Amino acid sequence: MTDGTSETSLLKLLIVDDSSVVRRSIERQLKMPKISTILQAANGREAIEMFLEHRPDFVTMDITMPEMDGLTCVSKIMAIQPETRIMVISALGDAETAIEAVERGANEYVFKPFSESELNQALRNLIEAPQ
Amino acid sequence: MTDDEIQVFIEGALHYFERVTGTAAAVDAPYLKGDESVALEYTGVIGISGRHRGAVYFTAASEPLIGLLQTFGETDHGTPNQADLVGEIANTIAGNARKFFGSEFLISVPIVLRGQLDEITLPRHMKTVVIPIQWRTWRCYLLVSLHKNPGLLDEVLHRRRG
Repeated sequence: MTDGTSETSLLKLLIVDDSSVVRRSIERQLKMPKISTILQAANGREAIEMFLEHRPDFVTMDITMPEMDGLTCVSKIMAIQPETRIMVISALGDAETAIEAVERGANEYVFKPFSESELNQALRNLIEAPQ
Repeated sequence: MTDDEIQVFIEGALHYFERVTGTAAAVDAPYLKGDESVALEYTGVIGISGRHRGAVYFTAASEPLIGLLQTFGETDHGTPNQADLVGEIANTIAGNARKFFGSEFLISVPIVLRGQLDEITLPRHMKTVVIPIQWRTWRCYLLVSLHKNPGLLDEVLHRRRG
C-alpha cells in the first residue's frame, strides 16, 4: 500500500485485480497527483473488506477473479456507498459485459491490455466527471 | 475449430504483445498438436465453458516472462510474478476472445502449471491447435482446445425462458 502525503487532496483509490503484477503496474502507471492513498485487493471479497475499512473514493475493478467476481463486487460497493466511482479494467472483450458493468454502477470500462495513456485518461474521466 | 476462430486467438496474442510491450510479436503457422510436448517452464490455463467447452493455454519459458515483467516496470522477477504473469496473459487472450464469441464464452480464473505439462491435462477427445509466437528472440506457444457445446446453451436458454 502506498500512503503518500498531500495537504490539498486526500483522494483514495482501491485497485482490485487477482494479478499482483497488474495491480502494481496500474499503481506505477498512475499519474494522478490528486490521489494520495492507493490500496490493493486481490479479489472481490478482499475488496469489500478494504472498502468497508478505508472507504476509497475511486475503485479500479477486474472482473474475472476468485472468491468474488468484479461484477458482484461492483453491485456490493454501490449498495454500501453509491457515490463511489468505479472503473472496470477487464480482459472480457464483449459489449454485453461492459454494459452490465455500467448497469451495476461502474462509470468507466477499460479493456485489457491497456496503454498507460488509456489508463490515465480513463482515470481522469473518473475523477473529474461531475457527481 | 474454424479458421476464423483460430484467427481470433492469433490476433489476440499479437494484440497483447504489441499493446503491452510496444514490440510486435510474430506468429508462425498454427498446427494441430500431436504427441510432442510443447509445454515450457510456465503454463497458464483458462477453462472454457458455456457455449463452448475447452481450454486456452499460454506457455512460456522464464526468459520472455522476465522480459515482459521488465516492460511492466516490475523489478521483482521471481517465480511468483512469472507465474502470475503467465496466468494473466492466458486470461487476457481468452477474455479478449469474447468480442468474437460473445458473453456465453465463459472463462475461468487462471490455473498456473510449472514444468512439463502432463498430457493428462490436455483434453484427449479434442483437437488442440498450437499457435507458435515469436517475441524478440523467444518462442512461446498459445494452445487452444475448443468445441461448440450447443446442448448446454439450449439448456441455459430454456432455464432463462422459465
